[in-house]
Amino acid sequence: MIRRVLAFFHKRPLDAEFDAELATHIEMATEDNIRAGMPPAEARRQAMLKLGGVEPAKELHRETRGLPALDSVLQDLRYAARTLRKDAAFTAFAILIVGLGIGASSTVFSVVNALLLRPLPFADAGRLAWIANSEAAGLSGQTTQVGHFNDLRQQNHSFTDIAAYFAFYGIGDAKLTGSGEPERLTAVPVSGNFFPLLGIQPTLGRNFNDDECKWNGPKAVLLSHGLWERRFNSDPSIVGRALTIDEKPYTVAGVMPASFDFGSVFAPGLHVDLYMPFPLTQETNRWGNTLAIVGRLKPGVTAAAAQAEIRVLAPQFLEAHRDRNNFVGFVKPLADHVSGRIRTGVLVLAGAVVVVMLIVCANLSNLLLARTASRQKEIAVRTALGAGRGRIARQLLTESLLLSLCGATLGLVLAILGTRALSHLEAISIPLLRDVRTDGTALGFIVLMAIATGLVFGVGPAIQSGAGVLHDALKDSSRGSTDSRSRHWVRGALVVSEVAFACVLLVGAGLLIRSFLRVMDVDLGFHPESAAAVRIDPGPSYKTKPQINGYFDEAIRRVRSVPGVVAAGITDALPLGRNRTWGVGAQGVQYERGKYPSAYVRVVWDGYLNAMGIPLRAGRDFNERDTPDADPVIIINETMAKNLFPGQNAVGKYVEFKPAKRVIGVVGDVRHLALEQGSGNEMYIPLRQTGDWSSADLVVRSTLPPSALAATVREALRTLQPDLPGNDFRPLQTLVDKAVSPRRFVVLLLAGFACFALILASLGIYGVISYSVGQRAQEIGIRMALGASAGQLQRRIVMQTLGLAAIGMSIGAVGSWLLARAMGSLLYGVTAADPTTFVAMVALLTFVAAIAGYLPARRASRADPMLALRSA
Amino acid sequence: MWQNHMKLDLLQGTLDVMVLQTLAAMGAMHGYGIARRIEQVSGDQVLLNQGTIYASLVRLQNRGWIDAEWGASDNNRKAKYYSITRAGRKELASEADQWNRLSDVMARMFAQ
Repeated sequence: MIRRVLAFFHKRPLDAEFDAELATHIEMATEDNIRAGMPPAEARRQAMLKLGGVEPAKELHRETRGLPALDSVLQDLRYAARTLRKDAAFTAFAILIVGLGIGASSTVFSVVNALLLRPLPFADAGRLAWIANSEAAGLSGQTTQVGHFNDLRQQNHSFTDIAAYFAFYGIGDAKLTGSGEPERLTAVPVSGNFFPLLGIQPTLGRNFNDDECKWNGPKAVLLSHGLWERRFNSDPSIVGRALTIDEKPYTVAGVMPASFDFGSVFAPGLHVDLYMPFPLTQETNRWGNTLAIVGRLKPGVTAAAAQAEIRVLAPQFLEAHRDRNNFVGFVKPLADHVSGRIRTGVLVLAGAVVVVMLIVCANLSNLLLARTASRQKEIAVRTALGAGRGRIARQLLTESLLLSLCGATLGLVLAILGTRALSHLEAISIPLLRDVRTDGTALGFIVLMAIATGLVFGVGPAIQSGAGVLHDALKDSSRGSTDSRSRHWVRGALVVSEVAFACVLLVGAGLLIRSFLRVMDVDLGFHPESAAAVRIDPGPSYKTKPQINGYFDEAIRRVRSVPGVVAAGITDALPLGRNRTWGVGAQGVQYERGKYPSAYVRVVWDGYLNAMGIPLRAGRDFNERDTPDADPVIIINETMAKNLFPGQNAVGKYVEFKPAKRVIGVVGDVRHLALEQGSGNEMYIPLRQTGDWSSADLVVRSTLPPSALAATVREALRTLQPDLPGNDFRPLQTLVDKAVSPRRFVVLLLAGFACFALILASLGIYGVISYSVGQRAQEIGIRMALGASAGQLQRRIVMQTLGLAAIGMSIGAVGSWLLARAMGSLLYGVTAADPTTFVAMVALLTFVAAIAGYLPARRASRADPMLALRSA
Repeated sequence: MWQNHMKLDLLQGTLDVMVLQTLAAMGAMHGYGIARRIEQVSGDQVLLNQGTIYASLVRLQNRGWIDAEWGASDNNRKAKYYSITRAGRKELASEADQWNRLSDVMARMFAQ
C-alpha cells in the first residue's frame, strides 16, 4: 500500500521509467521479428500488437501501481478546473454567489453559535441560573432586596451558591481623577462571591476579601482588562496602587481577564471599567430592591426545581420580615435570560440565510442545467467513447463541488470579515456580540455548507445528464431541437421556487422595515435631537442640602448663560437607561393587597422638562421656590394622572409619601423603558426637596453642535467642577440609537439578504428566459417571418415570465405569512398580514420579473428573422 | 484485469506464478525476455498479451516478491532486470504446492 501511495505521488518519473522499459521491449521484439524474416515496418507493428498497444499497457501499468480511484478523482478535478476556466464568466458568477451565500450564512451561524448554542463564557455555564424577583418590567421589578438575598443564600438547598450585582449602577458613576485626564468610568458593585461563582479569576492580583465586602470596609476595586490596558498601559505592578475615585482613595485589588466582559453578558452595549465590592448588610438592605441575582445550581437540580423551592421559601421570608419589599422569585437558566430577548431575531436571521442558500442553490442549479444542456454533445461524445453514466454524473458533481468549494473559500474570507465587523460593533445592545467569531465550529459549518450546496445544486444536472439519449444527442444539431419536456419543467420549477423564496424574504424584510419605521416614528415623549447630557455630580465637599442646592443652582445658572444654550436641567435617570420604581398611591384611597400602584421615579431639577422637550399638559414646572422647607411637590405623567385620579383633575391632589406630596403638574408620557412600550406611571420629584438620588445628569438643549457645546459648558463650569471629564458628553440621540440597535441590526441584515435574494431571483428569471428564447430563436424567426410583430413576441415572452413569477409569488405569499407569524414578537405597529407590505413586495417582484423577462424578449424580437432561420 | 485473446484462458493469478517460476528458473531477466520465455515454455499454447506482463511485474514488486534493477542487455541496450527475492521463492513454493495439488485433484476428477 505504501508503495502504491508513493507511486501515486511520483507519477511522472515512474511514467518516464516505464516508457523507457517499454521502448526497450518493443525494440527487442522488433529485432526478433526482423530476424524471423519480417520487413522492419511489419516487425514493429507485430511487436506493438503483441504488447496489446502501448497506451493500454501504460494505463494498465499505472492502474496496477497507483491508486486508481484517487487518480480518477484527480482527473475529474483537473477536467473540471479546465472546463470551468474555459467558462470564466460563469465560474466567476457562480463562485461569487456561492461565496456571498456562504459568507452570509456562516456569519449568521457564528452569531447563532455565540448567542444560542455556545455556553456562556463562564465555568460550567449550564448550571448558572438567573433569579429575578418578579416578572414586572423595569429594574425594580427584576431586582431583590439584600435581606431576601441573604436569607435565600442561607436557606436554599438548590444552589451551591448565589451571588449578585448591584443593578442600579450608572454609566459613568465613578469619576477617576489624579494621574492623567479626569475620566468618568462605569463601575459595577458586585457581591464578594460574584466572580468565584462565575468561575472567573483575576489575571493579576486577587478577588475582594471579606473585609472589603463589609459596610465601610477598606475601599478596593478590580479593573477591567480594557481599562487596565487603556488607562494604565497594562502596568504589571498596578495591584496595590491607590486610585482616586470620586475623590476617595481605592486600592487596586486586581485586574480581570480579557475574556471576561460583564457588559457583553449582563448589559449589552455597555463597557464596564471597574468592579467594586457591594456589602450585603443591614445598611444596603434599606436601599430596597437592588440586587440582580445569579445562582449556581447544584448538580442534577433543574431551574424548575429551584423555582419550586424559592416559591416555598419566599412567603416565609416575607412573613418573617413584614417591612421588606415583595419577593416572588423567577428562576431561569442564565443563558435564557441573556439571549432571550434577541432570540427571535436571531432565529429569523438564521431562517433567512437558509432561504438565501436555497435561492443560491436554485440559481446555480439552473445555471448548471443550462450548461449541461449546451454540453449535451460533449457528454454524448464521452459516453460514446465508453464513459459510464455514473462516471459522467461523477464528473458533473465534481464540477459543482469544485465550484462550491471555491465559493466557500470566498465565503470564508467574507465570514471572517463579517464576524470581525460584528464583534467590533460598539454600543449595540445585543449580548455576547463580542464573542462572535469564525472559529473551528464555523469552519466546519462552512465545509458542510459547501459540500451540501455543491451536492444540492449539482445533483439535478448530474441526474439530468444521463437522461438524454445518446443517439439523439449526437444526432441533433442546434437546429430546432427544443428542450426535453422534463428539463423545461425542472427549470421552470427552479425559477418558481426562487421567486417564492425571494418573496418570503422580501415580505419578512418589508414587515421588519415597516416595524422599524413605526418604532422610529414613535412619539418618544421627549426630543432627543440637539440635546446632550453630561454628568455633573457635586463632589464630596458639598455635604449639606443647602450646599448641594447652591451648587446646582450655580451650575444651571452658568450653563444657561452660555450663548447657544436654549434650556438646561438635571435628572438622576435619563430615558432608555437606568430606571427604578417606587410604590405610590393617591392619598386617601385603599388599595387591595398587591394592587398598590408603583411608578417610575425621576429626581429632577427645575428646567429639566423644558430641556428634554417633555410637554407640560397642566399645572406648572418646578421652580426655585420649591425648597426643602416649602410644600413637598410632585409632577406626574398623564398615565399616572389617569390611573390615580380617574376622571378628575390631578393638579392639586396629593399622593402618598411621607409626608404626602402635592401634584403641581401633569406632563406627557415618556418612553422610558423602550421605544416599543409605554412605561406606565411616571413621576418627577424635585431634587431640591429630596436626597434620594445617586447621580446628576445635566441635560442641555442647544443650537451648538455637541463638540462645541462640550467645550463651552466645560469652560462655564470650570471653577465649580475643575475636573469635569471630557469623555462624557452624550447626545441624547445616542440613547435612542442604542435602544433601537438590536432592531436595526436585524433589519439591516434581513434587508441585505432580501436584496441579495431579489437580485438572484431576477438573475434566475433572466437566465431561464434568455436561455429558452435562445433555444427558440428559430421558432421566433418563423413567427416573425409569418408576420408576428416585435411587440406581440415581447408580450408573449413577458407574459410567460410573469406566469412563472405569479406561481412563485402565490407560494411565497403563503410562506411569508407563516414566517411573519413566527416573528410576531419582532413586529411593531404592523400585523403579520400587513396588506401594504404584501402588495408592495408583490409589486416589486412583479416589476423585477417583468424586466428580467423583457430584456431577453427585446433582444429576441430585434433579431433578424432571416438570420435566425438561416443559422439553423 | 487483462483481456485474454489467447488459446488458453489464463486463470486469475496464473500469470504471476508463471513470472515467478520463470525468474526462479532463469535468474534475472527483463520484461521482454520473461514474456518470450513464457511463450516458449508453453509451446505457444498461451498467446500472451505482453503488456500484462508489466502489470504482473509491478504487482509482484509491490508485494516484495521480486526486485528490479537497471542493467545492460546482450546487445548493450538499457533494460530493467527483474530477479526473484527470498520472499518470492517462499511464495512460489507455496503456490507451486497449491497448483500441484489442484492439478492432481483435477486429474483424478477427469480420470474417474
